[in-house]
Amino acid sequence: MRRTEQDVEQSKRKITRRGLILGGLQFGFMGILALRMRYLQVDQADQYRLLSDGNRIKIDLLPPARGQIFDRNGAVIATNEQNYRVVIRREDSRDLDEALYKLGMIIDLPPEQQDRVRKELSRANPSAPITIADRLSWEQFSSIAVNAPALPGVTPDVGLSRRYPLRGDFAHIVGYVGPVSDYDLSRIEDDDPLLHIPKFQIGKSGAESKLEQDLRGAAGTVSVEKNASGRAIRELSRTEGTAGKNVQLTIDSGLQNYVQARLHGESASAVVIDTETGDLLAVGSAPTFDPNKFVRGISIADYAELTENKYRPLANKSVQGAYPPGSTFKMVTALAALEDGVISAQDTVRCTGHTEVGGRKFHCWKRSGHGNVDLQKSLQQSCDVYYYDIAQRVGIEKITAMARRLGLGERFDIPMSAVHGGLTPTKAWKNQKYGTDWVVGDSLNASIGQGYVLASPLQLAVMTARLATGKSVTPRLLKSVDGVETPSGAGESLGLNENILRQVRAAMHDVSNTSSGTGYKMRIVKTDMLMAGKSGTSQVRNISAAERASGVVRNADLPWERRDHALFVAFAPSDKPRYAVAVVVEHGGGGSTAAAPIVRDVMLQTLYGGTPPLDAYPQKDRASAKAQQDKIRELLRASDQAGTEET
Amino acid sequence: MTYLQNNLQTVPTGLRKILFLNWPVIVLISTISSVGFMMLYSVSGGDVSVWAEPQMKRFALGMVLMVCVAMVPVWIWRNVSVLAYIGSLLLLLAVELFGVVGMGAQRWIDLGFMRLQPSELTKITVILVLAAYYDWLDIKKVSHPLWVFIPVLIILIPTFMVLRQPDLGTAILVLSGGGIIMFVAGVSWYYFGAVVAIIGGIVAAVFQFRGTQWQFLKDYQYRRIDTFLNPDADPLRAGYHITQSKIALGSGGWTGKGYMQGTQSRLNFLPEKHTDFIFTTLAEEFGFLGGISLLGLYALVLVFCAISAFQNKDRFSSLLILGIGATFFLFYAVNMSMVMGLAPVVGVPLPLVSYGGSAMLVLLAAFGLMQSAHVHRPR
Repeated sequence: MRRTEQDVEQSKRKITRRGLILGGLQFGFMGILALRMRYLQVDQADQYRLLSDGNRIKIDLLPPARGQIFDRNGAVIATNEQNYRVVIRREDSRDLDEALYKLGMIIDLPPEQQDRVRKELSRANPSAPITIADRLSWEQFSSIAVNAPALPGVTPDVGLSRRYPLRGDFAHIVGYVGPVSDYDLSRIEDDDPLLHIPKFQIGKSGAESKLEQDLRGAAGTVSVEKNASGRAIRELSRTEGTAGKNVQLTIDSGLQNYVQARLHGESASAVVIDTETGDLLAVGSAPTFDPNKFVRGISIADYAELTENKYRPLANKSVQGAYPPGSTFKMVTALAALEDGVISAQDTVRCTGHTEVGGRKFHCWKRSGHGNVDLQKSLQQSCDVYYYDIAQRVGIEKITAMARRLGLGERFDIPMSAVHGGLTPTKAWKNQKYGTDWVVGDSLNASIGQGYVLASPLQLAVMTARLATGKSVTPRLLKSVDGVETPSGAGESLGLNENILRQVRAAMHDVSNTSSGTGYKMRIVKTDMLMAGKSGTSQVRNISAAERASGVVRNADLPWERRDHALFVAFAPSDKPRYAVAVVVEHGGGGSTAAAPIVRDVMLQTLYGGTPPLDAYPQKDRASAKAQQDKIRELLRASDQAGTEET
Repeated sequence: MTYLQNNLQTVPTGLRKILFLNWPVIVLISTISSVGFMMLYSVSGGDVSVWAEPQMKRFALGMVLMVCVAMVPVWIWRNVSVLAYIGSLLLLLAVELFGVVGMGAQRWIDLGFMRLQPSELTKITVILVLAAYYDWLDIKKVSHPLWVFIPVLIILIPTFMVLRQPDLGTAILVLSGGGIIMFVAGVSWYYFGAVVAIIGGIVAAVFQFRGTQWQFLKDYQYRRIDTFLNPDADPLRAGYHITQSKIALGSGGWTGKGYMQGTQSRLNFLPEKHTDFIFTTLAEEFGFLGGISLLGLYALVLVFCAISAFQNKDRFSSLLILGIGATFFLFYAVNMSMVMGLAPVVGVPLPLVSYGGSAMLVLLAAFGLMQSAHVHRPR
């Protein structure tokens, strides 16, 4: 088409004008872009730089190695071992089914374990590692590591896990560790970030729990650059944590092994204490359990077996168990009366087999009676009527005060779970508890360690040690923390009349070393290691008048739960006491028959620091002692073998 | 004999034309593309073969295409413009019927050796046909309603076809590009006032009909708009792109984190880091200075286009050059607004820098048209 020169000029002008307007708008918009860029990159740069670093830098915690636990001689009780495991993180698990299937071809992966992984993974934080399987052998572990590229999202990993090489022998003392639970978090007032690591192991019972703060250590941190999907690209910086402190217990692991083996098959407990320093050399409780099972996560069946067992393997009977001390309490009553001066050691009481107070008959264990009884004879033959008599004279308050001076009713501060305080009753206590007045019958029952009086084997051991030394010995379980010795349990004098104490000790000596003593059969014949002891048999049922009339049913004829508890306490050597031992056999029958043999064996083992020679036993016991020693040697060997097979 | 034909004698012929190309624009285009190769190398983590090398090959092919297009006299392009426009509409129709579904949208036709996105082509053919239309139309009739209605139809037909694919970004580009030609051609201001009012109405309608069966946009497009309006409401999911993009930009600071040191892109926090969001990586690694330099290069392209257009006495050529410049502008303006959080994420690449074959080839072909208009200008 034709266009005039004028048209072209007009068109040109119009285009140029509009083009310039357009250009102006375009540059205006670019100005806005430039300003926006300036705002983001200059004005807000610091804030965005922080956000960018927050995106890429993640702080991970490095769990510290938990402190180890040693016995008094440096033998390992609790340690850490390398735990080869495979973990998976949710953010990495692209095809979980395939990963689990392939992994199942390398290691054994039962369906329930796979279900557990699926469940945990669905709930977990995307970057938290979930353990698929742990405690793998080196072969399994390296096989997984080699095949890692074919296993989507699966990472082989090495961690530390707790191991108790002596297994059941220290289960009650040391306890065990386990993964921190929601319940733990709600209970513990502790803002340690370590507790929020999934499956972080903390002490759940025993010394592991009580010494948690010393054993745990402090977390280290590592800052890692991670990509958008959370995979670590490189480590930026690392601060190592502080390993937990090593602790040492006063326990002698050899003796502890022996005690546990000796108690094997009974529902019993035994405490060995150093009479001077208060060091607990052995604290046994049977039956026991394998704490390693708890560390690994105990199966429901195994746990049910422990809780349903009537011998209560989980209870630490030596400190948690509170028993009527029975006749082992008689030294307390005697000391209270002698110290008060209401009787002297030579005063006698006539025992006719029973006494009558307030219209009620109180029986002596010997129905025919002991005749005239003085202090020596009352302890030696354990006459009850003597104590009924002196208890009325001295009164319950003084008996209780003496019991407390000797350590009964005191909750000792040792790092074990559920340490029981026992019970030393007073008139006010009964009034408050039952709303009824103390009656003289209560004092009579208390005088022979029945009725309201309760004591733990630990307290009985402490009582015996205090009687043996006249000093306020306190038990000590923790020997040192991180190499720093803890204060000794040696104590000041109790302020008791040494003459009276000597008379009581002499009577205890006669219990074990005179032919009419209740502990004579279970004596030690080495003259420099003679034992001074006291038996106790505490009733757990009421004996009705009818039963008494027709003859008290023998323990052996009763169901186990209704039989008497058997107790025996002793110190040795009787002239220069070094160790005190207390043994309680639950529903074991008579103290002198069920508990005394254990006390003797344990005492000899302690005195000799190993298997005692047979000539320490009376001639006629040597054969059975030999059999006993062989049996224990066999038990220890079997236990050792199980321990090595496991590792 | 037209004015143009009168001047034929002075127009260079044969290979001499190469000397008369607009070389500043070619240098600028090459520079910007090289920045693109560099950034593609960086975002691939230092591997040429992933993105940089294919992109270089396409660039080489595109440059050849540009020179070829530039060699063809511009009046031939004018004469085939209607055919090109109809052809591109047919291709859009073909996509509608046989297109390959990619990324939830029908956009490609598989030609065997490459995948063609007809919507890319449409941006150029609309410009071409409108420039020809206003060259043909009597200048006095430009603002006459009937003669305004025709170009509006020319623009809206392909716009709606692209929108149906759906490709919101390209639709916006086609619409705005066409509108700019109309504006430059001298259509009365009143019409543009009216259009702004109508767009306002459409935006209102888009939101009004949301959730009903007549809704205009796909759900994801609505979500992108929501995200744009409030990116922090859901920073880990829908708002993730914009939030991470702003973090990358902002953390670059004045001078950036250094080449290949951009943590946001290297650690995969950035989405689509080699395509739509590549500017973010550049701004993260080279900072404000780097970003503003690229913007400066783009502006220079625009300046040289404008100079070329204003010098050209041929109405078709002027309109064509300004239209191509404007399309180029729209590309980077929309892309940059998007990554800086000034506009919703609509999926427009950064011209010559983002990885992508069709866009690169079509853009270089468009510059070929611009060069043809420049070489064959009346003297």
